[in-house]
Amino acid sequence: MKKTVYSMCGMCTVRCPIRVEVEDNEVIWIEGNPHLLGGALCAKGSAGTALVKDDERPQQPLIREGGRGAGRWRKASWSEALDYIAGKLTAIKQEYGPESLVVSSRGGPWQAMYKTFCHAFGSPNYTNHDSTCGRNTHHASLSINGVGRKGFIYDIKNSKHLVLFGRNMFASLRIAENLQTMDMLQKGGRLTYVDVRQTMTGLKATRFFQVRPGTDYALALGFIHEIIKRQLYDKAFIERYVADFDSLCTFVEEYTPAWAAKECGVKEKAILAFIDEVAEDMPQVIFHPGWMLSRYKDSFYASRALHILNVLMGNIEIKGGLIMPKGPGDCGKPGIRNFDCPKPDIKRADGVGWKYKHFDKGPGLQHLFFDAMRTGEPYPVKAWIAMRHDPFTAMPDPQAQKLAFDNCDLLVSIDTHYSEFGWYCDVILPESMYLERDNPVCVQKGPKPRLAVRQKAVEPLYDTKPGWEIFKLLADRLDLQEYFPHSTIEDIWAWQLEPTGLSIDDFKDKGFVSLTDEAIMYDRDKLDGKFKTPSGKIEIISNKLTDAGLESLKPYESPTKPPKGQFRLVFGRSAVHTHGHTINNILLYELMPENTLWINTKVAAKLNVKEGEIVDVIAVDGFKQRIKAHVTDFIHPECVFTVHGFGRQVPLQTRAYHAGMSDQKLMVGMLESWDQAGGGMNLCESFVTVRRSARNPKRRVEL
Amino acid sequence: MNKYMIYLNTKRCIGCHGCEIHCKTNKKLPFGAILCEIDHQPLTSIRGVPKTEFSFRSCYQCDEPYCASICPTGAISKREDGIVLVDEEKCIGCMACAGACPWGVPQLNQEKNKMVKCDFCVDRVDQGMEPVCVTKCTTQALRFVTLTRF
Repeated sequence: MKKTVYSMCGMCTVRCPIRVEVEDNEVIWIEGNPHLLGGALCAKGSAGTALVKDDERPQQPLIREGGRGAGRWRKASWSEALDYIAGKLTAIKQEYGPESLVVSSRGGPWQAMYKTFCHAFGSPNYTNHDSTCGRNTHHASLSINGVGRKGFIYDIKNSKHLVLFGRNMFASLRIAENLQTMDMLQKGGRLTYVDVRQTMTGLKATRFFQVRPGTDYALALGFIHEIIKRQLYDKAFIERYVADFDSLCTFVEEYTPAWAAKECGVKEKAILAFIDEVAEDMPQVIFHPGWMLSRYKDSFYASRALHILNVLMGNIEIKGGLIMPKGPGDCGKPGIRNFDCPKPDIKRADGVGWKYKHFDKGPGLQHLFFDAMRTGEPYPVKAWIAMRHDPFTAMPDPQAQKLAFDNCDLLVSIDTHYSEFGWYCDVILPESMYLERDNPVCVQKGPKPRLAVRQKAVEPLYDTKPGWEIFKLLADRLDLQEYFPHSTIEDIWAWQLEPTGLSIDDFKDKGFVSLTDEAIMYDRDKLDGKFKTPSGKIEIISNKLTDAGLESLKPYESPTKPPKGQFRLVFGRSAVHTHGHTINNILLYELMPENTLWINTKVAAKLNVKEGEIVDVIAVDGFKQRIKAHVTDFIHPECVFTVHGFGRQVPLQTRAYHAGMSDQKLMVGMLESWDQAGGGMNLCESFVTVRRSARNPKRRVEL
Repeated sequence: MNKYMIYLNTKRCIGCHGCEIHCKTNKKLPFGAILCEIDHQPLTSIRGVPKTEFSFRSCYQCDEPYCASICPTGAISKREDGIVLVDEEKCIGCMACAGACPWGVPQLNQEKNKMVKCDFCVDRVDQGMEPVCVTKCTTQALRFVTLTRF
């Protein structure tokens, strides 16, 4: 029998809405939800059908038998594996206290459940992957606007000019955003793209700045200088809502377009022409403040500068600008219930909130737990549960991480596939993949907020369980039932939806429930109270930063030039893979089985490297990986680039195993390199040596 | 005369290869066979922006398809609306059509040992729908066009 299920994709963490057709417990069709995306879906979304059938994912709980990472596993039943974890957790709690547990996840709309588990157990140490992703942008936005990076929705469709600093949106696909951008461009809108290399996004640009790696901040400062000099900014908006504007004017005086052009390696007249365009397109100009900006040591300040550019445009809460997301309350409707447990009153092991007071206390900073593991200060960290999170792929220098994790008595990975971290863990709990599981209802804020739900399309193929049930079963064993009282997803949905008067059946026809028909906009003259800064204004100078001994307007420092013979290692995305999650997917593997190393043509000629030849890429300590070179004019000669997520070392993933090169393993010593102001890791601050590999045969010797 | 064609608005195409996978999943193709292909020219700098043109190639649905005339079992035929399709019942997987086609369009489905080629998702077209690559194109760059004579 054929049935249709509206759900949410899970091939990447964008979670695009999908419509799935199922026949005899087999997925026969996946498309983008026609009500929201008109059917559009990316390659990864369609390849979900291959993930369902993939037998190279964990098929039942596994308990480690050999040494960590040795890959000797004992197949276990769910009750055995959960009892094992609960036993270990109880012993750790007794010996070291409940705060020695860390629960990490990738983030996302279902974090409340993982956080509740962590807090209910008695630990304040819930964290997510964001210190390797959007933390710098998030903290930059908080310091200026008083709201985090999700505090604005970009109304790209109605804008006239979108400016992207390394935000490679046509490789890091979000289909709704991509469609908006295409529609904007088709209407004659402009796209300015800034990057160290040409990308799929840059191809669609009307203006392209290929900058020297690490100089984004300089370019943004040059823009600010010129906009202020020409007095293009929205004076009324700034007068009304912005504090300390004068400090900004004084600060940028020295950062002229001529200076920025020289620093970034671009043409001054291109900057001036760009500002001419901005003048024409204002206020519908969106400076995207960055997504994954855990890159350079000043990425936080670069993001601040981009936020400031938006403020100068006066584009906040206008059509074609930055719109504040609205929730159920703005529609005059009650919200949904969610899992919750107050955070225990214990200081966090990562130091956020007491040692580092200028950071958002929510998920803290994941990379700062390693110190606690190594030193036992402020207290020991002894157990780590990673909920669909792979620190060894997300963070630099897995070798250094392993040395720290070895101080833990329990490492657990809950995931749909084998992660690099999971392979090193003590227990792997296999979560059902997204087409096989239900998730709690979530709120999707925006100008037109919605409630949405992921619903199971097919029954699990293997002995796997959905996340909500895994946490429920663990909670039962640890006497935390009161926080997880529901034993079916139907109970959870009914409890969540009760205040709204809706039932899960209301989601059947579209997969979501709109809370309003018309987009809700605040009165732009009455935005007081919307900026949650201490002064209630948009703050150019943040006292939180000042109190932490940090500058709000940081003088620009030129990035380090790579030592002779070395290159800055930068990484990014491809449209057909989601970092490490999809490399082993047979359909996507066929499209892109391995990554390459982009290297500038002139540099490659000096190294005697030709297109497709193998090069050795060597880290500072001599650790070496091999990869095929992609020789191109369209990358800055100071850097080399590769797509992140490859070079995986889980033998049971036969396709992904040792396919390509993993950039994070070359970032030796970089676990300590992070942005003290923004909290993000500096993932593009490592240098590698590149040489032609001896593996390129000169003569063929066989027999 | 061919009634249909698939048109690529190269300005909207982002080379994400979605169409290739949409097609493969719809036709349940094993590793190896890919019936449509997105490609692009080497990048050239145009007014300071490195640019390229994308191309989409599936099957040209030739007026006189060599694949059909060479087929020893008469498994390949051209419909009145121009669609060239393989009758799996008759196909013996000899691959003669693959050799006859100047572009090597027909491919072997190794699981079934049958030839497979782009037929504009003829089953969908007959139900009034569009080929899957068009329906699911990430940026709505592909269009299924009905041709008319001026």
